[in-house]
Amino acid sequence: MAVAVEPRPERIGRLERRAIIGVLVREVVNFSSYWKSATFSSTVEPTIYLLAFGFGFGSLVSTIGGYDYVEFVGTGTVATAVIFSSAFPAMFGTFVKYQFQRTYDAILAAPVDTEELVTAEALWIATRAGVYGCVPMLVAMLFGLDPHWSMLFVPFIAWLAGYGWACFGIAIAGWAKSIENFSYIVSAVLTPLFLVAGTFFPLDGLPRWAQVLGAVNPLHQCVVLVRHAAFGLMEWSDLWRVAYLTGFALLVWRIAIRLMTRKLVD
Amino acid sequence: MSELAIRLRGVVKRYGPITAVDGLDLDVPEGTCVGLLGPNGAGKSTTMRLLTAQAIADDGELEVLGFRLPGESKQARAQLGVVPQLDNLDVTLTVEQNLLVFTHLYRVDRAHRRDAIERALELAKLGDRRDSRVDKLSGGMRRRLLIARALVHRPRLVLLDEPTVGLDPQVRQELWALIDALRSEGTTLLMSTHYIEEAQRLADTVMIMSHGSAVAAGPPSELVLEHAGREVLEVYGPPAKLAEVEAEAGAEGLRTRRTGTSISILGVDGDVNGFRHEGERRPANLEDVFVLLTGEEIG
Repeated sequence: MAVAVEPRPERIGRLERRAIIGVLVREVVNFSSYWKSATFSSTVEPTIYLLAFGFGFGSLVSTIGGYDYVEFVGTGTVATAVIFSSAFPAMFGTFVKYQFQRTYDAILAAPVDTEELVTAEALWIATRAGVYGCVPMLVAMLFGLDPHWSMLFVPFIAWLAGYGWACFGIAIAGWAKSIENFSYIVSAVLTPLFLVAGTFFPLDGLPRWAQVLGAVNPLHQCVVLVRHAAFGLMEWSDLWRVAYLTGFALLVWRIAIRLMTRKLVD
Repeated sequence: MSELAIRLRGVVKRYGPITAVDGLDLDVPEGTCVGLLGPNGAGKSTTMRLLTAQAIADDGELEVLGFRLPGESKQARAQLGVVPQLDNLDVTLTVEQNLLVFTHLYRVDRAHRRDAIERALELAKLGDRRDSRVDKLSGGMRRRLLIARALVHRPRLVLLDEPTVGLDPQVRQELWALIDALRSEGTTLLMSTHYIEEAQRLADTVMIMSHGSAVAAGPPSELVLEHAGREVLEVYGPPAKLAEVEAEAGAEGLRTRRTGTSISILGVDGDVNGFRHEGERRPANLEDVFVLLTGEEIG
């Protein structure tokens, strides 16, 4: 007298809320054991950039486009904080959980699919990026950046950009055969994108090709959006930038799922 | 009518040129414990991965708890507990936190979460270590937690992949008691192992696997009787003597197996005419069957 679970009527749910919450709970509980180091690296690093460039270059360049150089860099390094707290933890964290801790084996043995796993991991990292991303702006406020109501958009911009970069990092972890492969991505992709984002210097002075590169760089779009929000310069055309970041996030999200499925399911 | 918790028919899984599972048929009736016994590389772990759809079969039919894989594997996984071979606990979390995470992953309702964790702690006898970080636990405790973690949602079926591999004999006994307790509660178990004694003690039915397929299946005692007879004569001596005995036994039509320092002559039930060698008589066991059928010694 088996308790009859009628087989095969319902369609199997995709992207189920409970599966995503399950993975998020694991991340949140784990975060309680390593939040200090994560917070340290995600906030101190961009702050050092901000201080080094802000005061280093700031002594040579006092203003850019009518803004104090510290304010210019302070808003720009929001994007730096976002990429440091999303792409990097996503790459390394995913690889470690897959390869060394075998966490994903345990999660995928539960009623969680790769699609839900990747989505939950990216949501979690994006949320951290949304919070950590604000740190450089807050530091810049200590150095004289005036508050503006539209700064309230900054965490959301950082979240959106963070989601895309988290998926990018997961995709790289899904692609990489070994953790050494990451050096190629860091040197050839992340470092150039990070430098040609308009964080430390405006892109208008660069050669044409570099400007084009900058325009398609999601990190640059993030920098521009953050500056517009921080300086109270939001305009309707910024919606295009939001759409661009959303498109980037959706694209790399699907790619990350594809690559991780290939990696996790034989 | 006894239903099948697992039903595999003609399952094939290839990795490039290697066929890890080669036309496997497997039935696990509800409420029983089935042991997959085989040497390393026989396809046991691949079979386990197929059952959670972490590997997708190239051919064949797979049903788990009435759900067809891989399409409906998520429903199956919701009622399945998995104890992996490699410890994948979150080592920086406490015992209790590890269980808490899994009550969420296995969708235990909020109202039952507390109870589920307490029950798992009790089962694993880790109540007094609930606040210890996992990296502070002994190997045996970690393994008990790994098993308890797979049970928070009261699964109908539990997969155990080499549950005692790499543990001290004493700790192994402890885990056997735990697994036996599950079995007597009526949980269906599928356990892979390459420890003969483990299979003999715990499994109602043993399936011997070699090179990706089943070479024999049945209750341990029947397998022994059928393939190795009742008694075995164990003859000790220098290599030259062993070779001689082997040849003689072969001539008598008796099956033999080499075991390092001795040779075992199988099926010497009662009197065997004309074969008189000094040796120790012992009951035949599953190991004899295993070696006979797979041609491999246990690692």
